[in-house]
Amino acid sequence: MSTPVPNLGAPHPGATSELAVSDGLIAETTEVAAAPGKKKKRGYGLTFWMATVWLVVVLICAVFANLLPVRDPLTPDVINKLALPGEAGLLGTDGLGRDTLARLVHGARVSVTISVTAVAIGMVVGGFLGIISGFFRGKTETILMTIINIILAFPALVLLLVLLAFVGRSLVVISLIVGFLSIPIYTRVARATTLAVAEREFVRASRTMGAKNSRVLAREILPNVVLPVAAFGLVAMGVVIVLEGTLAFLGLSVQQPAPTWGGMIFDGKRYLNEAPHVVLIPSIAMFLTVLSLNLVGDALRTRFDVRGSNL
Amino acid sequence: MYVLRRLPSLLATLFAVSLLTFLMTSLLPGDPALQILGAENATPEAIAAVRADLGLDDPLPVRYLHWIGDALTGDFGRSYRTNEPVSEAIIDRLPVTAEIGILAIIIALLVAIPVGMLSAYRAGTRTDKLISSTSFGLLAVPNFMVAIFLILIFAVWLGVLPATGWVNFTDNPVQNLRSALLPALSLAIAEMAVYTRLLRTDMIGTLQQDFVTMARVKGVSNRRILFRHALRPSSFSLMTVAGVQVGAIIGGSVVIETLFALPGVGRLLLEAVLVRDLLMVQGVALVIAVSYVVVNFTVDILYSYLDPRISHGRSAARV
Repeated sequence: MSTPVPNLGAPHPGATSELAVSDGLIAETTEVAAAPGKKKKRGYGLTFWMATVWLVVVLICAVFANLLPVRDPLTPDVINKLALPGEAGLLGTDGLGRDTLARLVHGARVSVTISVTAVAIGMVVGGFLGIISGFFRGKTETILMTIINIILAFPALVLLLVLLAFVGRSLVVISLIVGFLSIPIYTRVARATTLAVAEREFVRASRTMGAKNSRVLAREILPNVVLPVAAFGLVAMGVVIVLEGTLAFLGLSVQQPAPTWGGMIFDGKRYLNEAPHVVLIPSIAMFLTVLSLNLVGDALRTRFDVRGSNL
Repeated sequence: MYVLRRLPSLLATLFAVSLLTFLMTSLLPGDPALQILGAENATPEAIAAVRADLGLDDPLPVRYLHWIGDALTGDFGRSYRTNEPVSEAIIDRLPVTAEIGILAIIIALLVAIPVGMLSAYRAGTRTDKLISSTSFGLLAVPNFMVAIFLILIFAVWLGVLPATGWVNFTDNPVQNLRSALLPALSLAIAEMAVYTRLLRTDMIGTLQQDFVTMARVKGVSNRRILFRHALRPSSFSLMTVAGVQVGAIIGGSVVIETLFALPGVGRLLLEAVLVRDLLMVQGVALVIAVSYVVVNFTVDILYSYLDPRISHGRSAARV
């Protein structure tokens, strides 16, 4: 009989990713990660760097969309519609003959703007609230966490739909609302991390040496909370990109004809029969971006996990 | 008893959720009276009359009490658009969403439990790496993408399953399952990945524990160790997360029902939102949020029964 030997040599990066929302569970799973015999790998590996390169490419496209040598994303060219990649333009054209590559590049702008703004808002506000409630505990924490649990009691998309429909749907509004809605999640992550950090020896040492709350917060807690929260933020960025796609599907994203990845997939759905590549190409772009964000976020999270084995 | 101890917090959450639903939809801009009348009939007197009729001029607390009092007796008012009673609209469409959601969770668990266990049992091997990276990749595929490709494969290329439409279970059970399969599968794929990864992590931890070694020493078969000894203590976070993920399924059902043209609650909400049908939005959002809270409460209770080690007393130690 072969005996199963659970090999924990290299816990899969981000084994805790799904649990980030639930602070009680984080401790449970990271114990696994801290199991004996774990050898800390120094390098990040090829996939990590490939993912990083892809993200940089997307970022460059988003920032310099107007300067890059691509065609106009809005000019229709009906004669060349639904062209295969290479036939007209590098990546073909959509149902109106608009250049797919150009639309991808300009669509990156929407995805990047929404996700960066939303994550920044959520991270700063939520991170602040989380650190405060995790550090001071007591009534502040109780009240804050109650409010947050109530907001989290709504499925996010439902809340988003209701708000969007009544407030409007420009790029700015969508970014702000998504950012606002993501505050609770960051609060929970930051609080969970703060709770763990606050128990550590160096915090106690700092206290013993007479450091005031403000100093402990700024010098001991904050530096140890920022990185895990930022790593979570990268994964959350992927969620926001998917969310934009979802909104586009529901006809609630940034208004047409502005190209967005979600909008491109939605439009292409009509030509699924005759020209699946019209859907396929933006789907691949979105998939690779989200996958890269997950990969990088998880790799960083594993690295910055404050409860690592080497204490 | 744990259930009783948690009951006040459940009621408080439900109250807060209803209040939030109400405020969210009531404080937002847009005059329902104008919508009911339409732009051409909207004389100031008519608007005033309709507003008085709907009680829109009452102070907010009074309006909330009216609304929640009626809601508790199952009366959510009538749609401003179609004059259809909101509760009837919801009851009509709830079975569709529930069927797809439950089917999705069942499919996801049926795949995730064996696959996650296999992955943990063979941790570090090629099988494990394949499973882990596949599930990691699946996490990056949004449900609408899954849906499109399922439609492409099963409806367009193979032509074995319908791409859109819904058949009631009572009309034709087989057709009903056929129409529910692709939507449920679209929702299940991402859940599958989440569950698999979670179970794998927890299972690896469990398999290292002393009682597993003990069982092995006694010569208990691998199958028995995995299913009888290790599965239960490994499934607690799976359960909790499955509860939390119901929110993702509900959110996903808005998209999936729209894509597959299914008459479910998700699409009802979207349509109501698009035409700003205030009472309909309020009613549907309340029903969704309440079901979500109740599901997670139930999971929490089940959890405490399944895991006798957990006393659910005070929070962990403080400094």
